[in-house]
Amino acid sequence: MRRYGLRGVAVFYLVAVLLGPLAMVFYRAFERGLHPLWSSLTDPNTIHAFKLTLEITALAVPVNTVFGIVCALAIVRQRFPGAGIVNAIVDLPLALSPVVVGLMLFLLYGRTGWFGSWLQGHGITVLFATPSMVIATIFVSLPFVAREVVPTLRELGDEQEQAAHTLGASGWQTFRRVTLPSIRWAVVYGVVLTTARCLGEYGAVAVVSGHIEGKTETATLRVQDYYENFNQAGSYGIAIVLAAISVIVLLAMTLLRPKEEIA
Amino acid sequence: MGFVTTFLSLVVLLPIAALVWTSGKHGWHEFWTVVSAPEAVAALKLTLGAAVIVSALNAVLGTITAWVLVRDDFAGKSLMNAVIDLPFALPTIVGGLTLLALYGPASPLGINIAFTRTAILLALMFETLPFVVRTVQPVLLELDREAEEAARSLGASEARVFRSVVLPNILPGILSGVALAFARAVGEIGAIVLISGNLPFKTEVAAVFVFNHIQSGDQNGASAVAVVMLVIAFLLLLAIGGFRYLATRHERHA
Repeated sequence: MRRYGLRGVAVFYLVAVLLGPLAMVFYRAFERGLHPLWSSLTDPNTIHAFKLTLEITALAVPVNTVFGIVCALAIVRQRFPGAGIVNAIVDLPLALSPVVVGLMLFLLYGRTGWFGSWLQGHGITVLFATPSMVIATIFVSLPFVAREVVPTLRELGDEQEQAAHTLGASGWQTFRRVTLPSIRWAVVYGVVLTTARCLGEYGAVAVVSGHIEGKTETATLRVQDYYENFNQAGSYGIAIVLAAISVIVLLAMTLLRPKEEIA
Repeated sequence: MGFVTTFLSLVVLLPIAALVWTSGKHGWHEFWTVVSAPEAVAALKLTLGAAVIVSALNAVLGTITAWVLVRDDFAGKSLMNAVIDLPFALPTIVGGLTLLALYGPASPLGINIAFTRTAILLALMFETLPFVVRTVQPVLLELDREAEEAARSLGASEARVFRSVVLPNILPGILSGVALAFARAVGEIGAIVLISGNLPFKTEVAAVFVFNHIQSGDQNGASAVAVVMLVIAFLLLLAIGGFRYLATRHERHA
């Protein structure tokens, strides 16, 4: 009896908070037929928004992948003073509001910011343009690869690397032939999480982009734009495209999830 | 090594320095005046209050969900396990929109919570759902059930078994999940912005306060509240580090 009670609570909780609302979004997107949905999705500004989101993601993900691997190697393999501090700073984006991240970049690159007048003098636009949006996205998605790779590296130990080193392999050879194959799945899992975070970023990008339709508007900002302009079909339409991507990400996560975590 | 510190300094530390410097450049007194302005205080109170309620709900419901996923068995359990991570994968603005679709002005259930504080709680429940489940689940999986059997055979009631045998083991997991959920709740904007209405003094959370004050050109107000949020984030990371230390105490003694 107790077992059914708990099961009921858990299932109700998930349906009420998560699955019910999600199902409703799909219904709403198609509620008024395919035509308004299609015309909102093929609107040039919508297409531009999706393209911009993909561009930003394509820049931020490789940067954070390289950084994540190097950072994890530094934290686990090199016992240096301040490793704990580096670890804490890498985790900060998980605990910090994206809006605060946006504000920080605003204060650095804005007209009155630290680098504002220098940038303006050299004719470089960072704020309210793609560069600041890429920097903001890199900041918020920074921890994911490193956090997946660190525990895997710890468990792996460094015996094989030592052996390779003794046999005359260079640092790069050791990394490519010994370390990388062992951490491969952790890296892939981290990349999947990073990609999801980049595609879905809202708060930091909302601050630094200036939200200019057709120019600095990403897919998530477009959802808000459509909603606030009473274009429900458009808003829910972009939402289901993003939700479909999330479901694919989720499938990838389930398939790649490190084996020991599976029940 | 040099690469890591240079990258972190440029991408993370420099922006933090810019924020701290801006909020403090007019002195402590000015900072205090700005941060204790009625609208800022209302936003911070609402945010912390909502985060406390959501964290408490998460502690209970997240633990129950993790328990069901580990100890119960029924058709659809693996699907249930997979959808737990959905809020991590779903863009926050889409999360907010899904709630509006079911609990908004055109709700098919007749439940319209748009522009209320309840909407903020629901949005935060949505976004923080996976945290406690995913920190408690692995601990429950590894838990030795013989200790529970022993307690039962010695005449302990189910409640007693849970309180004295299971809970002490999963508590560090619950607490670190709660701390992560709390951090997320304090900083959330995407899921909230469409459904809350963002009315100052009523449904304006701290992140929306910062956003609105940047838009209106009030950098001092935005920076002051942002610094408070930054300090909260640091404290929570410290707490999470502490809970992890507690959670691995047996391994370290072995």
